[in-house]
Amino acid sequence: MSQPVLVLVDHAGGALRPITAELLTAAARLGDPTAVVVGTPGTAQQLAAELGRHGASRVFAAEGPDAEAYLITPAVAALAAAAAQTQPVAVLLPSTIDGREVAGRLSARLESGLLADAVDVRLAEDGTVVAEQSVFGGEYTVHARVTVGTPIISLRTSAIEAQETAGTAEVVPVELVVDPAVSARVVAEHPEPAGDRPELTAADVVVSGGRGVGSAENFALVEALADVFGGAVGASRAAVDSGYYPSQFQVGQTGTTVSPQLYIALGVSGAIQHRAGMQTSKTIVAVNKDPDAPIFELADVGVVGDLFTIAPALTEAVRERKG
Amino acid sequence: MSDPLHVVVLVKQVPDTYSERRLREEDWTLDRDATDPVIDEIDTRGVEAGLQLVEEHGGEVTVLTMGPERATEALRKALAMGAARAVHVQDDRLAGACALQTSVALAAALRTLAPDLVITGNESTDGRTGSLPSMLAERLGVPQITSAKALRLDAATRSLSAERVHDSGVTEVTATLPAVVSVNEKTNEPRYPNFKGIMSAKKKPVSVLGLDDLEVDPARFGTGATSTTVLAGAPRPARAAGETLTDDGQGNSVATVVEHLVAGRLL
Ligand SMILES: Cc1cc2nc3c(=O)[nH]c(=O)nc-3n(C[C@H](O)[C@H](O)[C@H](O)COP(=O)(O)OP(=O)(O)OC[C@H]3O[C@@H](n4cnc5c(N)ncnc54)[C@H](O)[C@@H]3O)c2cc1C
Ligand SMILES: Cc1cc2nc3c(=O)[nH]c(=O)nc-3n(C[C@H](O)[C@H](O)[C@H](O)COP(=O)(O)OP(=O)(O)OC[C@H]3O[C@@H](n4cnc5c(N)ncnc54)[C@H](O)[C@@H]3O)c2cc1C
Repeated sequence: MSQPVLVLVDHAGGALRPITAELLTAAARLGDPTAVVVGTPGTAQQLAAELGRHGASRVFAAEGPDAEAYLITPAVAALAAAAAQTQPVAVLLPSTIDGREVAGRLSARLESGLLADAVDVRLAEDGTVVAEQSVFGGEYTVHARVTVGTPIISLRTSAIEAQETAGTAEVVPVELVVDPAVSARVVAEHPEPAGDRPELTAADVVVSGGRGVGSAENFALVEALADVFGGAVGASRAAVDSGYYPSQFQVGQTGTTVSPQLYIALGVSGAIQHRAGMQTSKTIVAVNKDPDAPIFELADVGVVGDLFTIAPALTEAVRERKG
Repeated sequence: MSDPLHVVVLVKQVPDTYSERRLREEDWTLDRDATDPVIDEIDTRGVEAGLQLVEEHGGEVTVLTMGPERATEALRKALAMGAARAVHVQDDRLAGACALQTSVALAAALRTLAPDLVITGNESTDGRTGSLPSMLAERLGVPQITSAKALRLDAATRSLSAERVHDSGVTEVTATLPAVVSVNEKTNEPRYPNFKGIMSAKKKPVSVLGLDDLEVDPARFGTGATSTTVLAGAPRPARAAGETLTDDGQGNSVATVVEHLVAGRLL
């Protein structure tokens, strides 16, 4: 049998997050997908069937009250324990804020190299694990590998397509030892309510508003256009910093990187840092009243005009077209 | 807390995000000559957070960087904002260091400084691994409060709390000093150095440490010992030129946009 590949399971409220299936799919290309669930008692059992369906043959259950009482260190402890038992070919984690921080601690603990925010992974002919990364906002694609220790790789959400198999997974307990002295304690969780729109990273269509949208109320125009496509809403940093839209929707260098089929930018100038988060989108449509706005350099279709006229008209036209 | 607070803020010099950043085609490492180096914006927020804490509780901010000689400019900027002193880890054997090597060197430098609190950015704008704060916390054996805003310190109990902003919401967290904190972009608006700050920064002490000054195993450094290696790279293919329409003010462009979407099977 092939060598195990550890996958940190991303879950909340008794359900898997979509990245978990993507990680298991990626793991199957490298070896034998082995899921690691960190949670309160019973979580692994609850998730096992679905994990199996996405290719996990084994599920390590690192469970206990500490799992959710402390930040980051429970997952690090669980992965380190699972790694000690399995000598994995690689450890794959989500390239979320949590995932990357777990990766950081684990990499120092195992003295192993880390590749962050991979968009693809494969096994090279010589049996080494190669990750593809998209750097400087998509300006370059690089292929890299880990040359010290066990490769620790965080994978960008929606970068690879999840596959289903007919497998089932066996649950194996693993001890969860958390040292409170080196851990920050969780006082309260305020989860973001899941809205009706798709996740920014998963959406086929993203409609973003910039400072040109002018106010929080006006963002209803951006939302309306997103909704006729069943898309997600994004925002520029200027729009976020002006209080028009919440910060988790920021697209760009210091926000989310998106690569949808269609990206529509309304009242966004197209600063290089905004482009860094969206320039690998398949089709880009931009509406801006300034003909010299840099966003037009990137747009497949650019409209010089007033977004307050064009966005509602486009929304209407798309709605009619969709029937 | 009877002793004054000692905060060390990590600052990184990065290629200016306003310019076109490049990799060197020989080895796919950062082309430092292609762009102007600047202090990473997120680290000015780290400096601001550190200064606010010592202004409230007393104490001093030391800034620490690892980088080539030019990185001293980033330190000067932080000193001009109000940091008291600077430490520059500089050694030719650190050129092209991976995150793991960087964490070994910076953790060793931090041990010599014995801070109550280490503040970093949540993610640099060049490497963007977002992993260094937790690597440092692991190496120093302290808790981490990452991606934080709204930092509050209770000096009497040495307890630090913050709101941690992550992908699926906000978590209120707390830890006891010493600790590593990483700040997120929305944590504060950094102050601009004033003239007096800029002048006094020139006189503030900057100590330079090489690997031989640190308690590290020299065998871990050098390009032959990096934990990650780039095998190949390619620049982004140019986008095909698009079409620009000018609307008549009544929305006459919309029909053409729809045609494009239909042609591209997006509708
Ligand atoms: C380190 C760093 C990181 C950054 N990270 C990000 C990031 O992640 N994301 C990001 O977006 N930015 C980021 N920025 C900021 C970036 O440099 C720009 O300031 C920002 O993207 C500008 O946002 P904007 O296009 O909405 O605003 P502006 O540049 O002000 O553009 C507004 C546009 O709206 C147009 N407009 C106004 N009214 C109308 C109308 N009625 N109809 C049509 N068009 C109209 C104007 O012509 C203008 O082009 C970062 C900057 C730095 C230094
Ligand atoms: C395009 C690119 C991609 C890279 N990808 C990888 C990779 O996948 N794996 C890998 O191991 N290395 C990678 N590196 C190298 C890595 O960026 C450096 O080793 C770096 O010093 C540490 O990682 P970071 O910048 O990603 O840190 P992050 O964890 O993103 O930085 C967070 C904070 O840590 C502090 N910090 C980081 N570096 C320094 C420093 N030198 N001096 C002072 N404070 C600092 C700053 O406060 C910063 O805001 C990459 C470099 C580049 C240019």
